[in-house]
Amino acid sequence: MSASSKAHRLATELVELAAEIMEAPRLIPISFAHIDACFYTGQSHLDFVKFLLANGATLAVPTWTNNSVASVDDSTFRPPHIDPQMVSGGHELMTLYASLGCKPTWTCAPYQLPGGPKFGDHIAVGESNAVAYYNSALGCRTNKYGSYLDVACAITGLAPFAGLHTDEGRKAEIHFACDDLPEHWKREDTFFHLLGHIVGKISGRRIPVISGIQAASPDNLKALCTASAASGGVELLHLVGITPEAPSLDAVSIAREKIAIPPQDLTLAQQELSTAGDGSLDCVALGTPHFSISEFATFIKLLDGRRVRTPTLISTSRAIREILIAKGWLKILEDAGVQIPVDICTYYAPKIQALKGHVMTNAAKWAYYAPGMLKVQVSFGSLKECVESAVSGQIWRDPSLWLNQ
Amino acid sequence: MARPLSVAEPMKILHQGTAHGPMLLLDEPLSFWGGFDPLTGIIIDVHHPQRGQSLTGKIALMVESRGSGSAPGNLAEAIRLGTAPAAIILVQPDINLAIGARVAETLYGKPCPVLAVSPLRFQALSKHAYLHIAHNGDVGPALDEA
Repeated sequence: MSASSKAHRLATELVELAAEIMEAPRLIPISFAHIDACFYTGQSHLDFVKFLLANGATLAVPTWTNNSVASVDDSTFRPPHIDPQMVSGGHELMTLYASLGCKPTWTCAPYQLPGGPKFGDHIAVGESNAVAYYNSALGCRTNKYGSYLDVACAITGLAPFAGLHTDEGRKAEIHFACDDLPEHWKREDTFFHLLGHIVGKISGRRIPVISGIQAASPDNLKALCTASAASGGVELLHLVGITPEAPSLDAVSIAREKIAIPPQDLTLAQQELSTAGDGSLDCVALGTPHFSISEFATFIKLLDGRRVRTPTLISTSRAIREILIAKGWLKILEDAGVQIPVDICTYYAPKIQALKGHVMTNAAKWAYYAPGMLKVQVSFGSLKECVESAVSGQIWRDPSLWLNQ
Repeated sequence: MARPLSVAEPMKILHQGTAHGPMLLLDEPLSFWGGFDPLTGIIIDVHHPQRGQSLTGKIALMVESRGSGSAPGNLAEAIRLGTAPAAIILVQPDINLAIGARVAETLYGKPCPVLAVSPLRFQALSKHAYLHIAHNGDVGPALDEA
């Protein structure tokens, strides 16, 4: 029986070790896991899952997988020869986690797929943006579980009852007020990336509550959660009147510190996220986290039948690509010269060939990590600016956008 | 997530084992993913003041780790390759490092004890050139130093 297997005993030990360090009074059943240990970083990752498979491991809950280093089905973007150990190790790891019984989603935006967890569910998630999105936008409950512990939670079906699993652990500790910002700014997609970057930097690992925003789409919340998880370590944020646990400020906040965000902070954030000036462009990289169907719809509308002159990559999940195929949109994108990597992201090594020189992105997380990881220069811009720049081959700045005035 | 130890609670074993080696005090928190290369054991974070120094075989003292969900894998990989610190002593208990050390011990049978101590004890330990960690978690200056 799996409960007495050597693999189950190791998983139990790891969850109990974490519970002891977190001073959790007990373990709590979870209903779902999204694991990060399937992202290859070295031989030890292979040895861990091989140990589990050889010693009778079974998964207790539906378990989905984060991005991989390289796609097994499509070697266009990271062919094995560019880094034989990373790419073949990555492929082997994907096969092993699929044999363990994981659902092979290979996406950093699992919340864009049907059949995931619901409000109030206790879950175990590893990927930083997914932790923040599940907690904030959907009201699921998870701490950020690192490699191995994420798999251990999936095998035992348990997590330490501490931190963000508890009611008291979900109260906001710092309040950001957006009342001084013009309403039309808050309707721009790029606003949420920039706000997330600012909120994350100031909050660090504290839980922020943001007031003064009237509306936010799932894509906006994705941008906000992802940027604040990258620049800080935000695992949960509340938006008053928008996210499910924050019908009012009082309902969610124990914050003593209130910070009014002045308009100039957004311009500063834009400058911080750009290491390059304007001029000619070598590549456009979108889809961090993986592009949603609604983002593809906006992209296609903005492209308006034109071809891109600059190599353009939009990362997404294999599940979203299936929808693109069904809608006939993949053909539209490919005919326009746009490339769609699946199962992976583009900001980490080994470097995808098209990514060199001066790259434009609409994603704060991409802009935050890529200059260090890929040695490229980055210009951060709105989705519209990215599309126009991709078409013209030169950085184009939107004169109607507040940042450029 | 985890609270630092109080004065009355001078030590917590996050992963048990014995170790012996030169003390290296890290001036700033280090991320074991992105800030440390498991192939060489060297600090590679360009923003870290001790960039270029090796952790291999040292008893590394750091107040806290910089969080990354990929840290356990990199610590385990370094332990596998023999490039890891001999032990890690923290003030802020760290789940990722504890898990990495526990998994590596299971897979490879190689120890890398991880302890958390009170800030006062941490300060005292950082004054010694060599340290010894006993199986029961007692830490003190090593004989080499005498």
